[in-house]
Amino acid sequence: MDLKLLKRRGPDEWHISPHGKMRVPGVIYATESLIRGMDEKVYEQVVNVATLPGIMQASYAMPDAHWGYGFPIGGVAAFDPDLGGVVSAGGVGFDISCGVRTLRTGLTVEDLQPVKERLAEALFHRIPAGVGSTGLVHLDKHEMDAMLAGGAKWAVGKGYGLHEDLEFIEERGCMAGAKPENVSDHAKKRQQDEMGTLGSGNHYLEVQQVVTLFDAEAAAVFGIREGDIVVSIHCGSRGLGHQIGTEFLKSMAVSAARYHIELPDRELACAPINSEVGQDYLGAMRAAINCALANRQIVTHLVREVFADVLPEAVLSLLYDVSHNTCKVEEHVIDGTPTRLFVHRKGATRAFGPGHSDIPPSLRAVGQPVLIGGTMGTASYVLVGTKESMSLAYGSACHGAGRSMSRHQALRQWHGREVVKDLAGRGILIRSPSMRGIAEEAPGAYKDVSEVVDAADEAGLARKVARLEPLICVKG
Amino acid sequence: MQQPRSETEEARWEHFPHEADIGVRGIGSTKEKAFEAAGLAVTAVITDLASVSPMQAVQIACEAPDEELLLVDWLNALVYEMATRKMLFSRFTVHLNDHSLHATAWGEPIEVARHQPAVEVKGATYTALSVKRDEQGRWIAQCVVDV
Repeated sequence: MDLKLLKRRGPDEWHISPHGKMRVPGVIYATESLIRGMDEKVYEQVVNVATLPGIMQASYAMPDAHWGYGFPIGGVAAFDPDLGGVVSAGGVGFDISCGVRTLRTGLTVEDLQPVKERLAEALFHRIPAGVGSTGLVHLDKHEMDAMLAGGAKWAVGKGYGLHEDLEFIEERGCMAGAKPENVSDHAKKRQQDEMGTLGSGNHYLEVQQVVTLFDAEAAAVFGIREGDIVVSIHCGSRGLGHQIGTEFLKSMAVSAARYHIELPDRELACAPINSEVGQDYLGAMRAAINCALANRQIVTHLVREVFADVLPEAVLSLLYDVSHNTCKVEEHVIDGTPTRLFVHRKGATRAFGPGHSDIPPSLRAVGQPVLIGGTMGTASYVLVGTKESMSLAYGSACHGAGRSMSRHQALRQWHGREVVKDLAGRGILIRSPSMRGIAEEAPGAYKDVSEVVDAADEAGLARKVARLEPLICVKG
Repeated sequence: MQQPRSETEEARWEHFPHEADIGVRGIGSTKEKAFEAAGLAVTAVITDLASVSPMQAVQIACEAPDEELLLVDWLNALVYEMATRKMLFSRFTVHLNDHSLHATAWGEPIEVARHQPAVEVKGATYTALSVKRDEQGRWIAQCVVDV
């Protein structure tokens, strides 16, 4: 991105002055080197989001921002329903409530080493991953609706996981306001065999080692120490969320003119929050959030079963579960007044600061855990929300590394088998049904996650707590 | 990535880069052929087209207010059929009438070991979406798909 387009307001804060039809400024949080590497499309998309009706304060982009659909991936924007604010299917994305959860195991690297190969094989065989894979849970119409209304809470009720898990999931595992009746038969059919599956692309299940602690106090509260083994799961609402995104993108693109919304890009398809289409989408989107939470809960149950077989001394407890493709109703202070806003986070993680009532009581004093996924060859990070983050971008932070290279380019550069061999040489076991998938997801095809996380830390969006490195990775 | 060209080609497909995902483009002597070729480009995102036998036929119909939205609907209908039938498709015939589409897709059930599917397509998007004729009079039908 051309730096001349931006005004620097701090070491990691860049502003786009309102121009043309922009209602608010654009704000990008990133280091100079990340900004230089960003696609011009990110600029264009931040500007376009700033033109939408009812947008408050600014159109924000996180340090990992890249070219998305309508909204940049890494985009955050909030809308006031009383000022004609909109909800956007493009602003949530296709993989509704895609997110990351991390589980402690109570084990150390020494415990894992003797059974590492066996654990990798068992996880790969037990957790359905990749194109065409089917889950073990098949839902009839009644159970599908119960799942869509109940989320992870429904899953726990069915015996998938523990009641105490729910405390450490956003929305306590159940998104209120879900309307299963707003979810089409097509979307439900796409989901009927996909509960408890990882999916493909950048989704994964990793066994990781805590290699560095940056914040001893927060780490102690989160219950992690150097050398600990944790498990992280990255997946979303599967076919159901994709289908809801597809259907509402179209209905919002078609209805925009009726609501007198001028779309600079059809992908920004949106509808007033206080409209029939807007309310229909919110009900369906919240049902998809529940689908994602239930999905990660079932995968967690499968992981526990595998550990019970291979490492029975392990006790898997949930550190936290975050979603990074959502629109949620939150109260934020605007010009000194607490205001109810619809906050879109597209490829951005909620990162509430200490004391926020939505954080579980046992973690509230330090802030919300923020889980950032990396690549299978680098690292993931645990961060914590900060007090100042609440006034920077509604308590939001980055969500991952973001690609630096297209799938096509990656396929020309790497062979899956070589990537697997190289990583095995570094002690990382990769298991996947598709070697081509591995090549497309090669670590070198992604930006440096550490640079993204450092930028989020320096900008004050969230503070680094721990670095996790992969030992086993199951890829879809 | 693109299909090998031949001198007498009536249609071909190619992929174009998108930072996080991938663009699909069908090029044909008619709009129908461009839509068919775009369908092939979607399968090629997932697997090697040559590995998919056109053994089983599936009927697809959709309609939309304009031809660009119709392209997205067509590709999304394919995504839906692939996801719910657990199939891959390697041959298409498309018939267009105003803004409605009737098509037959031929393919076979996914076999993971043989097809090595790299990634599932979540949906076709409105990004880089266009259906138009180029200066040589060929039809180009393209958009980015989310994977």
